[in-house]
Amino acid sequence: MSTTILLTIISLSAIGSIAAIILYFVAQKFKVFEDPRIGMVEEALPAANCGGCGYPGCRGFAEALVRADDISPLFCPVGGNDVMTTVAKILGKEVEAKEPLVAVIRCSGSFAKRPRTNEYDGATTCIISSNLYSGDTGCQYGCLGMGDCVTVCKFDAIYMDKETGLPVVIDDKCTACGACVKACPNIIIELRKKNKKDRKIFVSCVNKDKGGIAKKSCEVACIGCSKCVKVCPYEAITLENFLAYIDPNKCKLCRKCVEECPTNAILEINFPPRKQKDESIEGTEQVKSSEKENE
Amino acid sequence: MLKTFAKGGVHPAECKYSEDSAIVNLPLPKTVNIPIAQHIGAPSKAIVAKGDKVKVGDKIAESTGFVSANIHSSVSGTVAKIDDILDSTGYKRPCIVIDVEGDDWNETIDRSTELKKEISLTDKEIIAKINASGIVGLGGATFPSHVKLSIPDGKKINVLIINGVECEPYLTSDHRLMLEKAEEMLVGIQILMKALSVNRAMIGIENNKPDAIAHLTALVKNYPGIEVHPLKVQYPQGGEKQLIKALINREVPSGGLPLDVGAVVHNVGTAFAVYEAVQKNKPLFERVVTVTGQLISKPSNFMVRIGTPVSQLIEAAGGLPEDTGKVINGGPMMGKAVNSIEVPVTKGTSGILIMSKDAAKRKKESTCIRCAKCVSVCPQGLEPYLLIKQTQLEKNDKLEQSGVMDCIECGSCSYTCPAGLPLLDYIRLGKSRVSRIIRSRKQ
Repeated sequence: MSTTILLTIISLSAIGSIAAIILYFVAQKFKVFEDPRIGMVEEALPAANCGGCGYPGCRGFAEALVRADDISPLFCPVGGNDVMTTVAKILGKEVEAKEPLVAVIRCSGSFAKRPRTNEYDGATTCIISSNLYSGDTGCQYGCLGMGDCVTVCKFDAIYMDKETGLPVVIDDKCTACGACVKACPNIIIELRKKNKKDRKIFVSCVNKDKGGIAKKSCEVACIGCSKCVKVCPYEAITLENFLAYIDPNKCKLCRKCVEECPTNAILEINFPPRKQKDESIEGTEQVKSSEKENE
Repeated sequence: MLKTFAKGGVHPAECKYSEDSAIVNLPLPKTVNIPIAQHIGAPSKAIVAKGDKVKVGDKIAESTGFVSANIHSSVSGTVAKIDDILDSTGYKRPCIVIDVEGDDWNETIDRSTELKKEISLTDKEIIAKINASGIVGLGGATFPSHVKLSIPDGKKINVLIINGVECEPYLTSDHRLMLEKAEEMLVGIQILMKALSVNRAMIGIENNKPDAIAHLTALVKNYPGIEVHPLKVQYPQGGEKQLIKALINREVPSGGLPLDVGAVVHNVGTAFAVYEAVQKNKPLFERVVTVTGQLISKPSNFMVRIGTPVSQLIEAAGGLPEDTGKVINGGPMMGKAVNSIEVPVTKGTSGILIMSKDAAKRKKESTCIRCAKCVSVCPQGLEPYLLIKQTQLEKNDKLEQSGVMDCIECGSCSYTCPAGLPLLDYIRLGKSRVSRIIRSRKQ
């Protein structure tokens, strides 16, 4: 009995060692050289695998970084400048600091501001609803409110506000990977410069209808009155198809347009309260009421 | 044993409430909104401007390519504006708005009701006439008819199939047309036969319209070459490919057209429109529309001018019921809910269906249990449960291999799914993604 066990052990170990030797030589023969820097770069990347860089995951991006001679067009939006400088150090290449970006929702058509004209009970994704029709309000450009942007966000940086029916971006969590921008069928979300203290001024509307029609479907729509264009001292605002757009590269955050906008379509976020706030608000209200009388 | 197609299919409750109401001319509306894109293919280009006076039958928009169609004014009056207006696609699209003044027809249109049997035009002239008259497939797909009649070199057509199936529940517009305008329609079929140079035409009619079958069978004796074939009631038999399979037992190859198997399919409504265009010089500016639904007090069939708001049709059928949940443009299976009842009737509007709140409600979505009911009802032999998964995961190459482009969007899968999954919605999305990829590959 004991000899059987002994024989088994001996023969199995013999087979094992022979196989090990063969495998060793085969491995040597077919060895694939991999740049060790790929592993190092991958280590430095945030491992979010979000695809925000345009490559399939962090590994793919690391390979692209090692391969590229000039890495300045490549950027990891999640890691930002810190990660990119680390990577540049590993690779011994140059990299310029980029302005950090953040996603903004360019629609303020909440339940209160934008009346619902019909109901939708189909598949609850924005893309299918937009394939079927223009949405449950009179505005065919605005937010459809079914949260495709929330579904694709890998960083939990967007949530749906139940009160307004609009998505909200949490600036601290947003990495500007751009997944939500691609997911939104109405192209409402835009990546804009993350200014000091997260201060932002933007036209929170994408409605290209004429003023009257836009205003009818939504209280806070841009009506294309061009008042903001005239008041802007930096020529940062352009008007196209009855819709104003503020160029983030030219805007100096002076806030003059915000006061001027008759429909409050331009939003200012994270600014300290204005001086002599009461007076200015009263002033604009008076202007508005006199406008109404004229109509 | 009656003929039908080979695989799949469902049989929803027929609910043909309006089958006994004769076609009535709907009173003229005050204004019409005529969309410039009412057909598959390139949208037409408006050739009138604000303030122009038009007569009934005047061309107001011109076709912009081979797969495109002319559009004619359905009323007489003044062009008020050309503006973006909500239509049955659910989006605001360019429409020609005409304020109606009287009912002044273009003099070239023969308004007599006398039947004109003699066909004086040659085949080329017939196709040119059909093209000029803006005739599109009136079954609902609105594919320009002259394209289907222009057979490319090297293809041989040996049978014309006329679709009188009307497999959609509720709808009866084709049924009424076959009863009331049978002779005109048969002449129209003869015109189509001449245009295609075929000597055989088969009319397929489902067996739930025995009066139409009897009426046409009696009449076709005077029209050599035309046959009437009763078919088993099965949805979606009105699909081109399914009807060809049912009638002549040929299978259209994947990605192919009916003319690859030597057949061309036209709807009975199209045949009637062809008769009017060729024999009476009347372009396509009106069509039969069924207005129906359980709650509708007077389910009716109306002869409606294109561009009439849907609200007016509902008014004429007894008004919008209080408990309305959905107003659907088309039938319950393939139709699409409109988001306003002010949308205009277009060339593709075969019916307006009003559904109660209860009936319109979708089933609550739950998880797919792999019961494969969708697979067994798919008339195209696809696997809908797989297609929606691939769409959700954006596996577009796999989706193409699974044959998503062969889907005819009949909705049998969504109808039958016990889990209430919106299968067709996802498949449509997948189709649009894949077709975009195919288009970009061709460029």
